[in-house]
Amino acid sequence: MNRKTIFAGLIILVACEEFQPKAPQAFELLDGPVSGLTEAENLQFLRGDVAFNDEVFTTANGLGPLFVATSCGSCHPGDGKGHPFTTLTRFGQIDENGNQYLNLGGPQLQHRAVPGFTPEGIPPNATFSRFTPPANTGLGFIDVVSDTEILTWADPDDIDGDGISGVPNWINLKEYVKERPNSVTQNGRYMGRFGKKAATYDLLQQTATAYNQDIGITSSFEPVDTYSGIAFDPEVSNQTIADVVFYLKTLKAPVPRPENTSILEGRVLFSVIGCNKCHRPEMKTGNSPIAAIANKVFYPYSDLLLHDMGTALDDGYTEGSAKTYEWRTPPLWGLGLSKNSQGGQYFLMHDGKARSIDEAILLHGGEANQIRNNYQVLTADEKTKLIQFLESL
Amino acid sequence: MKISLLIVVSLVICSTAIAQVDSTLFKRTQKDTSKLLLNMDAVYNRPFLSVSKLPVAVGGYVEANWQHLGTDGVSEGHQFQMRRLTLFIASSISRRIKFLSEIEFEDGTKEINIEFASIDFEFHPLLNFRGGIVMNPIGAFNQNHDGPKWEFIDRPISATQLLPATWSNVGFGLYGKLYKDNWVYAYETYLTNGFDDQIISNSENKTFLPASKLNKDRFEESFNGVPLITAKVAIRNKKIGELGVSYMGGVYNKFQEDGLVLDEKRRHHSWALDFNTVLSATKTYFNTEWVFNKADVPSTYGQQYGDKQMGGFLDVVQPIAWKNILGFSRSVISAVCRLEYVDWNVGEFDETGGNIGEYTVAVVPGFSWRPTSQTVIRLNYRYNWQTDLLGNPASKTAGFQFGFSSYF
Repeated sequence: MNRKTIFAGLIILVACEEFQPKAPQAFELLDGPVSGLTEAENLQFLRGDVAFNDEVFTTANGLGPLFVATSCGSCHPGDGKGHPFTTLTRFGQIDENGNQYLNLGGPQLQHRAVPGFTPEGIPPNATFSRFTPPANTGLGFIDVVSDTEILTWADPDDIDGDGISGVPNWINLKEYVKERPNSVTQNGRYMGRFGKKAATYDLLQQTATAYNQDIGITSSFEPVDTYSGIAFDPEVSNQTIADVVFYLKTLKAPVPRPENTSILEGRVLFSVIGCNKCHRPEMKTGNSPIAAIANKVFYPYSDLLLHDMGTALDDGYTEGSAKTYEWRTPPLWGLGLSKNSQGGQYFLMHDGKARSIDEAILLHGGEANQIRNNYQVLTADEKTKLIQFLESL
Repeated sequence: MKISLLIVVSLVICSTAIAQVDSTLFKRTQKDTSKLLLNMDAVYNRPFLSVSKLPVAVGGYVEANWQHLGTDGVSEGHQFQMRRLTLFIASSISRRIKFLSEIEFEDGTKEINIEFASIDFEFHPLLNFRGGIVMNPIGAFNQNHDGPKWEFIDRPISATQLLPATWSNVGFGLYGKLYKDNWVYAYETYLTNGFDDQIISNSENKTFLPASKLNKDRFEESFNGVPLITAKVAIRNKKIGELGVSYMGGVYNKFQEDGLVLDEKRRHHSWALDFNTVLSATKTYFNTEWVFNKADVPSTYGQQYGDKQMGGFLDVVQPIAWKNILGFSRSVISAVCRLEYVDWNVGEFDETGGNIGEYTVAVVPGFSWRPTSQTVIRLNYRYNWQTDLLGNPASKTAGFQFGFSSYF
C-alpha cells in the first residue's frame, strides 16, 4: 500500500505535465509571437501582451466616461476578429473633405458610458458605417511593406483592363506619427494602410487612437478626452503604448492549416476566378529594426489598396481620400480561425453582416462583380473546395 | 552590544517559558455532540484549546499545498502555496454572553482579515443577538469554510467568486434555533455595511461581488449608507440532512454625496440554496450549494458586466477505508469528487440575440486521508473549462494539487 502510494506520488511529480491540456497546434491559434525575437524583444512582447489582453479599464484607471470596450482584448479576443458586441460605429464623413461631425462626437460613436453619464448617439442626418474589429495577427509584417511595393499593384485607371483598379488612401499624418523611410506622398498626404478604409498610417496611430476612441483613455499622443473635448493628463503611459505597438508588430502571421487535395484545388480556383487580383497572396517586408520581421516574404492575401465594392457595400461614410463605396482589401490570412474569436460564428465583411464565407463572396460588387459572377457559376463541389482553401489560410 | 544582550535575555526568557509549558494545562474544549449541528454553528463547532480555568479558548487552522497546473499547454510549473493561517480566540464573558474572533492570514501576509469578531448575547434559544464583524449567512460555505472540514484544496468557485466567501462585515442581527424531535429549525438575519460599485467596475471585467472586499473602509463606514440585508433559514432532519435558503441584498452604488444625486439606487441581490446529507447505508456525504445573483447594471454600461449570474457545486465524499495507517489508528481514506459550474453572465447579446458565454465548468476528483478528524491530507486533480464573454472555445486548465489542512 505504502509503496504503491509513493510510486503513484512519484509518477504525479515526474509526469504531471502529461495530465495537463496540450497546447493547440500553431495553425489552430492566431496569437503568439513571431519566431526569432531576441530575449529583450520577448520581454517587451510579454509586457505588450499583458497590456493588450489583461489590462482592464475601469473608472479607477480612466475608463471613459464614454467608451466602446473596456480593454484592447475585448475587441480582439485571442488576437482574432471581433464580434458585433464590440463593433465600432463611425459617422459624419461623406467625402475627402473631412468629417463634418467632429463637434458632435465624430468620427467614432461611443455608445457606452460609465454610470451617471449618457452615451453618444448618431446625430440626425449623419451617415454611418459599422466596423467589425479586425484580427491583429501579422500586422507587423504589413507595417514594414514599402509604399513602393504597394503602389506596384495600384491601377487607378485600370490600364490593364481587367476591371480591377486599386488606389491608395491618401491621408494626413498625425503630428506624432513618424513617416516611414522612402514614404510616397501625394499633395502632402501619405499612404494609409490599416483599417477598413486604410485611413490609418501605422500601428502607433492605430494604438493611440484605439485607446482614445474605443476605451476613452487619453495618452500623450491622443490627449483629448472624447467626452469633454479637453486635453487631459495621459491615462496610459508612453511606455505602455510602445509595448502594445511592439506586441502588435511582433504577433506572428497566421500559420496555414495543413494542405490536402481539396485545399490545393481550392487554391487553383482562387486564382482561376480572379480573387487573387485584389487578395494578392504574397508580399515582402522591407527593413525593420525588428530583425524577425525584416525582409521576409509573407502571405496576407491583400493588396492593402482601396477598391470600389459596389453600392451594396456603400454606407455613405468614408475616411481620408477614400470614396464611400471604396474599401481596403482585407487580408484573408487567419480567416478560418475567425469563428474561434467570434463566438463560434462568422461575422464577415466590414460590418459583420456576412454570416458565412459564401455570403461574404456574394456581397462583393463594383470592381469585384466579374469575380463574384465567376464564383457563382462554380459547381457546389468547387465552391466547397474554394471555401476550404480560404479557411486554411 | 545592547542588541546582543537583548537577544541573550530574550532567549533565556523564552527557554524558561518553554520549560514551563505543561501540556496537561491545555485541554480541548468539549464539543456538544448531542444536538443537531447546522452550518450556522460552524463558528463554534471548532476545536479550541483552553488553558486551565481561564475563560478564553484559542484555536486555528493552517492550509498549505503544492500544485502543478497548466492552461492550454502553458504550465506555471511547481507552485508551493501557504493559503491560510487562521487564528480563533473565543471567550465566555458570562454563561450567555460569548465572544469569538477569527483572524485570517491568506497567501502569507498578502491578505490579513478579521473575518469574525462578534459578541453573542443569548436571550432565549430562539432569540440571540450578535454584533460586531459578522459573517453574512449567505449560502453554506460562507458560514462553514474552515479548510480542515473540506476534502478539496480549492474553495468552490461559486462560493468564492459568485458569492464573495469569506464575506464578513460590520453589523448586528439576530439568530435562533428550535429543536423538535428529529428536527431543528434555525434562522439568522443581519443588517451590515454592504457592497460598493467595484462589483461592476473591476479588473475581472465582469460582475464580481468579491471586488468589494478590496474596500477596506467597509469596516469603518458604509459606502452608501444603505444597510445590506442578509437572512437565512435552515432546517435539518437527523435522517434527511440540512437544507438552507438564504438571501443577501442591498444598494451597491453611491447614488448621492453631499446631498447631490449621482445616480439612481442600484441594487444587487443574491439567493443561495444549500443542502448536505450523509447516506447512512454507504456513508456517502453530499454537499451542494447553488447561487443566483441579480444586479441592476446600467443599460448603457455594456453587457460585459452581467445582470444575472448563477452557479454552484456538488461535493461527493465516499469513505473507502477506515484503518490504521502509519500509526494513525483512526485514519479514514475517502474518494472525492467535486463538480462545479458557474455562468458569469446569463443572458443574450443585444446585438445578435446569441447567448453570452463566460462560463466555467470544473471537475475535481481526488482522494483525502484524514489521519485524525481534525487534519486532512488531500490529493486533487482539477480540470476546468473557461470560456470568454463571446463563448469562444474554452481554455482548459488542469493539473494536480496536493496539500493539507489542519486545526491546531
